[in-house]
Amino acid sequence: MTPVLDVRNLSTQFMTRRGVLKAVDDVSFTVGQREIVGLVGESGSGKSITGFSILGLVDPPGRVVSGQILFNGQDLLKMPPAAMRTIRGKRIAMIFQDPMMTLNPVLSVGTQMIETVQAHDRVSHTEARQRSRDALGLVGIPSPEERLDSYPHQFSGGMRQRVAIAIALLHRPDLIIADEPTTALDVTIQSQILFEIKRLATEFGMALIWISHDLGVVAALADRVMVMYAGRIVEAGQVDGVLTEPRHPYTSGLLSAIPAAVPRGEPLRPIPGFAPSPLSRPSGCAFRDRCVRATEICSTEPALEIAAGREFRCFHPHVERAA
Amino acid sequence: MKMPLIEAVNVSRRFSRKLDHAEKIANLFGAGLEEKTVHAVDDVNLAVYPGEVVGLVGESGCGKSTLGRVMAGIMPASGGEVCWQGRPLMALEGQEKRDMRLAAQMIFQDPMSTLNPRKKVIDLIGEAPKVHGIIKAREIREYVASLAERVGLDASYLDRYPHQFSGGQRQRIGIARALAVKPKLLVCDESVAALDVSIQAQILNLFMDLKREFGLTYLFISHDLGVVKHICDRVVVMYLGRVVESATPDDLFDNPRHPYTQALIRELPSVTDRRRVFTPIKGEIPSPLHPPSGCHFHPRCPKAFDRCRGERPILKPNSAGHVSACHLNDLPARNNETATAEPAI
Repeated sequence: MTPVLDVRNLSTQFMTRRGVLKAVDDVSFTVGQREIVGLVGESGSGKSITGFSILGLVDPPGRVVSGQILFNGQDLLKMPPAAMRTIRGKRIAMIFQDPMMTLNPVLSVGTQMIETVQAHDRVSHTEARQRSRDALGLVGIPSPEERLDSYPHQFSGGMRQRVAIAIALLHRPDLIIADEPTTALDVTIQSQILFEIKRLATEFGMALIWISHDLGVVAALADRVMVMYAGRIVEAGQVDGVLTEPRHPYTSGLLSAIPAAVPRGEPLRPIPGFAPSPLSRPSGCAFRDRCVRATEICSTEPALEIAAGREFRCFHPHVERAA
Repeated sequence: MKMPLIEAVNVSRRFSRKLDHAEKIANLFGAGLEEKTVHAVDDVNLAVYPGEVVGLVGESGCGKSTLGRVMAGIMPASGGEVCWQGRPLMALEGQEKRDMRLAAQMIFQDPMSTLNPRKKVIDLIGEAPKVHGIIKAREIREYVASLAERVGLDASYLDRYPHQFSGGQRQRIGIARALAVKPKLLVCDESVAALDVSIQAQILNLFMDLKREFGLTYLFISHDLGVVKHICDRVVVMYLGRVVESATPDDLFDNPRHPYTQALIRELPSVTDRRRVFTPIKGEIPSPLHPPSGCHFHPRCPKAFDRCRGERPILKPNSAGHVSACHLNDLPARNNETATAEPAI
């Protein structure tokens, strides 16, 4: 089966006054049909910019400098803007962290949804409204007909995120990119949204890229996980493998920094040091300054190793435990 | 029994919006508009003993931050009273009042909005101890440098401004500022919520080291049950302005008694305990402007019955050090149910 999305050697850079900032650095990955892929990393690791790059939403001074983004076999980077507009919002949709920033506060939810329907399909206002109402009902918003006339501020945070998901679903896209969509929500509401997303993705056969810093959420939702550090994917593989037997020291560092990783009351085990500034990353493995396993060879570029469905970039990976 | 360091006794905090002129005029014509009142904190009792780390958890709008502010003395209570070492805050005067204010310090979620962007680190940390006569003006640099070092900031950064630091470093500045006046109680309001997991672990370790070193007491407000479970001696769960359950972390996580606590723990995403099926509790968190009658949780509660709609449950002890506010406590069936670790819902 061909993947929905095949990203090859993607690099996105920001030309700032202080130099070239490599936000995404030679990133390659695929997303299969109906697959839920988690993209995790700390702030500044480039995970959001990866999502923006796929949709062509990187604004100057940022620019995708090289690579290919094959969506159903077509390279999105070579596509003229007009053609890209028929993909964005229709075949690939995005959900953002804060729906208050993406919903227009002075237009009713219905107006915005109808606009989205009519942007891609030549349908009557009545039919567009009908489709919008159905989409709201689908994501579990009570009395969708009346709610179409409400404004974004009249919804709670969780309901607003449901509206954003409904808008993303309007055209039944092949791929949804969700950028920290539940980070601002409470635990019980987050759980409701994860439940709905998982149900809808299965129901409509959508692929999903779930960008998050919360390993717990990704563990519960995703099939596969990719770990980003300093603009690169340092480890990728099935959730069950990566989060239970990490090979890259950064992944294992992240996992042992979680409070649940040590007995109650004992000191936590943070990764020493800080993430390097994206303007002055060390050569070779960017993690080597914080890594206990680092040796001299780490100042050269570690190659991508692929073993049994697992990919990682490290000279000194944790050994695979015997099965 | 020891005397609590700080105790909230039947504390309530209401916020109301006064009617504006147009609404008053409308009322003259019989519009019948009333002031809108939010009961952010509704008749809460909470004692924090010296050396204890008490976690206050709940979802947004449950009043945990308001309760923290009232207890730190930076916001007056609208009902009930806060006692500092057994004496009501309202009764404290002069030097005693100033001492209490210094002894209870707050650390906030977003250090960027609580650090003056026009001041250097040395002034941010050094101003309060200078003003309060804890140190002499010429000792500032030395004093601030030692504090900075203690919280893990390089002493060569003292002449920098807050924007020149990363999020984790800014939080360290906020902690050093609180420590500078030699407090006894730190109220941490979501102090690690905005930090990446690795930095969060560094700051949590710092909190625990400081507790041992300075004998601090913490009121740790957080929505993150994982963090609270790890560092707290006692966890207090709030829902819509009221305390619904309080217990030691082990007891609370192994044997939650209130259906809300049970839901919170069940829905907590975890790396170690992977769960592919979500069973969320229904419904939204109700508006605190119009809280439901009786038990505030009853519209979302899978076990609600008639009594929950009409009568407010009071906190009752379930076992030593474990209290919960739920009418199910009074049902005889309750005792059988505890035999199974995970109640079937």
